[in-house]
Amino acid sequence: MRAPSGPGRSSSRRANSPRAVLYALVLTVACSVTSHAQDRGGFEAKIEYCKTCHGLSAQGYRGWFPMPRLAGQQPQYLENQLRAFIERRRTNPVMANVAHVLSPAMIASLAAHLRSLDPKPIGGAPRASLGLGKRIYEEGLPESNVPACAACHGSEGKGQNEIPRLAGQLYEYTVGQLTGWAKVRGQGSAVDTSAIMAPTAHNLTRSQVEAVAAYVSYLQ
Amino acid sequence: MKRIGFRIVLLAMVACIGPAMAWDGANVRNCTWCHGTSAQGYMVAPRLAGQRPTYLEGQMRSFRDHTRDNPFSKQYMWGAVAALDPSAARDLAAYFAAIPPRPANDGDANLIAKGKAIYMEGIPEANVASCYACHGPNAEGIREIPRVGGLAYFYVKARLEQWGEGYHSGIGTPMPVVARSLGPAEIEALASYLSFVK
Repeated sequence: MRAPSGPGRSSSRRANSPRAVLYALVLTVACSVTSHAQDRGGFEAKIEYCKTCHGLSAQGYRGWFPMPRLAGQQPQYLENQLRAFIERRRTNPVMANVAHVLSPAMIASLAAHLRSLDPKPIGGAPRASLGLGKRIYEEGLPESNVPACAACHGSEGKGQNEIPRLAGQLYEYTVGQLTGWAKVRGQGSAVDTSAIMAPTAHNLTRSQVEAVAAYVSYLQ
Repeated sequence: MKRIGFRIVLLAMVACIGPAMAWDGANVRNCTWCHGTSAQGYMVAPRLAGQRPTYLEGQMRSFRDHTRDNPFSKQYMWGAVAALDPSAARDLAAYFAAIPPRPANDGDANLIAKGKAIYMEGIPEANVASCYACHGPNAEGIREIPRVGGLAYFYVKARLEQWGEGYHSGIGTPMPVVARSLGPAEIEALASYLSFVK
C-alpha cells in the first residue's frame, strides 16, 4: 500500500511530481482491491493487528504493559472479555476502543483462530517459588480460603468455556490481574463471572500470587 | 555501618569514574561526530541521549549482524560498530542512556493533537495499534523498547517509512506490522507529535 520510492526519500521534503502521485494512486487502488478480495472480511488485517501487541504468534508480549497471551485461549472467555471492555465492566486504557469496532462475526472468527494457536510459553518468570505455586494451583490454601486453581482451570491450566486458559500466560500479566482484580474486573454486574475470582484474589498474598503466576506461566 | 558507608563511597566513585572513562575513550567521540557532541542527534543521526540502554545495545548488535539494513545504517553504522566488542557496546549504551534528552521540537505543531490521539489510542477501525501500549504514556520506552518521545521529526518519519518499504530492524520486533498499517498522514502526525514530547 506504499507509493514506490527510493530509499532516502525521507531525507528531503520535496513536492511529489504529478507522475509520482498518479503512480501512488494507481498502486493504492490496486493494492486495496486485491487485498480486499483475498482478505475474508478484513480478518487477516485484524488478526495481524491483534498480534502487533499480543505477540507475533499471540504468545503474549512485554510492552510498557504486559500484553496477555491469547494463543490457545477459550473462545467463550475471549468473547466475554471483549464484551466486558465495551461495557466498561473491565477497565483498560486501550482495549475498550479496540473491542468497540469488532463485529460479533469478527469476534467469533478471531476467537476461533486464536484458540487454534499453540506457541511455546514466552517464559521469563522467576523460578524460585515454582514449588509453592504448584501446590497452590493443585491444592489451594485451605487455611486462607483459597480453592485449588485446578478445580476450575483444569489440572493442565487449559480452562473451559468461560473459564480462561492460564497455561503459558505472561507472568507479569497474571500478577497484575490477581493483585488488581477488584479494581479492574467485574465492575458491578451480576452477570459477570469475573466476580467469582474476587474473594480468591483477595485472599492471596503478594508472594503467593507471584508463586502461582510463575507456575502457570511455564505450563504448556 | 562503617562498612556500608565505605561501600557507598566506593560505588559512587565507580559510578563517577565509569562514565568519565568512557568519555575519555575514543569510542564516545566516534559516536558524537555524527550524533552530536551532547548526543542530542544531528540530521539523520538520531538522538542517543536518554535512550534505553538495552535498546541501544540491541541496535548495535543488529548493525553488527547486518539485520538493520536501511541505507544509512548500511553506509555508516555497519562499519562504525564492526570493531566494537559487546562490553564496549554495553558501556557506550550506559553512557548515552544517562545523558538527559532534549526534545527536537521540529515537527508540525498543528499536528500535535492528531498525533497524540493516534499515539494513545491507535485507530482501531483501521487496525493501527496504540503506540502507548508498548512505548509508554510519555513515549519513554522500557527495556528493549526505545524512547521515541522527543526524537527528531525526520528520523521518526524515515524509520516508519522504511519498515513500510521492507527494510529490517532487530529480530522479533512488531514494528514492520505496525508500519504497514500507517499511511503518510498518520506518519506525519505521529512524527510531529513525538518531536515535541519532553
